[in-house]
Amino acid sequence: MKGAPIVVVVGAGPAGVAAARRLAEAGLRPIVLDSGPEPGGRIWRNTGSGAQGLPRLPGHDPERGRHERARFVEWRERIAFYPETTVIDVTRGRLWALASSGEVDSTPWDRLIVATGALDRVVPVPGWTLPGVVTLGGAQTALKTRGCAVGRRIAFFGTGPLLYLAAAQHLAAGVEVAVVGDTSRLRDAVAAAPDLLADPARLRLGLRCLRMLRRAGVPVLRGVRGARIEGRKTVEAIVLERRRAFWRFSCDAVATGFGLVPQTQILDLLDVPFTLEETSGLWLPLLDRAGRTSIPGVYAAGDGARPLGAEAAAMAGERAALALLEDEGSRIDAGRVAQLETTLARHERFARALARAFPHPRVLEAEIADETVVCRCENVTAGDLRRAVRELDARDVSEAKAFTRCGMGRCQGRLCGLSAARILAAIRNVRLAEAGRLRSQAPVLPMPVAARRVPAEDAA
Amino acid sequence: MPFTIDGEPWYGRVGDSLLSAILAARSDLGPLAPDGRLRAGFCLIGLCQDCWVRLADGRRVRACTTELEAGMAVLLASDEAAW
Repeated sequence: MKGAPIVVVVGAGPAGVAAARRLAEAGLRPIVLDSGPEPGGRIWRNTGSGAQGLPRLPGHDPERGRHERARFVEWRERIAFYPETTVIDVTRGRLWALASSGEVDSTPWDRLIVATGALDRVVPVPGWTLPGVVTLGGAQTALKTRGCAVGRRIAFFGTGPLLYLAAAQHLAAGVEVAVVGDTSRLRDAVAAAPDLLADPARLRLGLRCLRMLRRAGVPVLRGVRGARIEGRKTVEAIVLERRRAFWRFSCDAVATGFGLVPQTQILDLLDVPFTLEETSGLWLPLLDRAGRTSIPGVYAAGDGARPLGAEAAAMAGERAALALLEDEGSRIDAGRVAQLETTLARHERFARALARAFPHPRVLEAEIADETVVCRCENVTAGDLRRAVRELDARDVSEAKAFTRCGMGRCQGRLCGLSAARILAAIRNVRLAEAGRLRSQAPVLPMPVAARRVPAEDAA
Repeated sequence: MPFTIDGEPWYGRVGDSLLSAILAARSDLGPLAPDGRLRAGFCLIGLCQDCWVRLADGRRVRACTTELEAGMAVLLASDEAAW
């Protein structure tokens, strides 16, 4: 007799929670692991006592988060939820995780849904390692969960919808916004406008943020070509270059981001094939429409696979769970599948429009000055990378990593990998795909040397 | 909530992360190897590993994903802080 399969969901954000609920409904009792203290992920997490008394922020709905967390807790009997548990390694059939107690435990798995979310994509500019420079998502998290602003007067630099959303949220919270500097041009947004109507609600939110910024008299610079962050010990100003003119804005913090990078380390360890999406320059795992990878029993969903936002992530999570159930031989609701796929297709259309409205800057990385630090963990500069190409003939980022240590540090290239590839491709004058990608290594997040191994009950 | 930085007493709020509590008191976490540059966290969501700090009880923690606890004693002054 075949027992119930062991199903593990990594990540309890919108995608993981939706997947787990669907699996629980079908009686599978999934194991759900998340590094955070609560289900909900970054978007639906508890706003925390530090953030009480915060005014209503545009695009932020704490009620929704409460509702989603409560719905998840209702399933507690039928979902084995392990909070503060970070997956550090995985092989086909077994997975290792580090608990906050410092213990490492492992579990076998028959099927795995990876829903690990995304991190802001950053581009190194002079001064980006100064205290006071943070990611857009980091600034939002500090505001929404801690009720803290990362500065009194914050400059926002990068591109993408999050740039305006984060700036408007800080404005609404009473924080001064020094400037919004966007590397994309207004005509990019205008050209993409018809397709942005694929999601009128999000388009409206974006326009509302813009209006708030304009009304508050915040300078919004589009078509920014370069940036430099100044300060001795901490951020003192940002200088933005546009049309060969330099604009200096004094500020005590900078929030920066250029869209999102899926956190694909677990999929990479499992040797899921990746492909370079030319428009964004992101390496994305190959998936079918339902979220299946080409590795049997491995599924991916949410921003950790395709950055489409929280609503789409929840649907992708449910879709992946349905695929899993189908693969287990269960009958699934074809109507629901069609509904999810139609809505997901609309989200993908909207994401493509966003990518056209806020394209990744074409020259910013190619033109990074030699002395600018690219890898903040190992202190590797753009010049070090270029020397590795010129003098040591580094052909891709993996070779450059071996020669320079770029991407070998604590964050494992999460922050610098994409930029290093662009710098390499530019100086070798090859296509981005030829610059390759940094591969993930276990442990995918640092773990204490003193971490104790919990003896496995079942010797597998 | 009382805590200390290099022995000096400070107060954080309930709901602070260790990082937000420290950065309310000062602008950085001290120097970080290998180049000794000042750091203060960057991603604030547990991924960049730029905010590891040492506690007097021997623990090393990532400040952005660690809840502030009353009585925490953070050591920032020493050079090899977390690494």
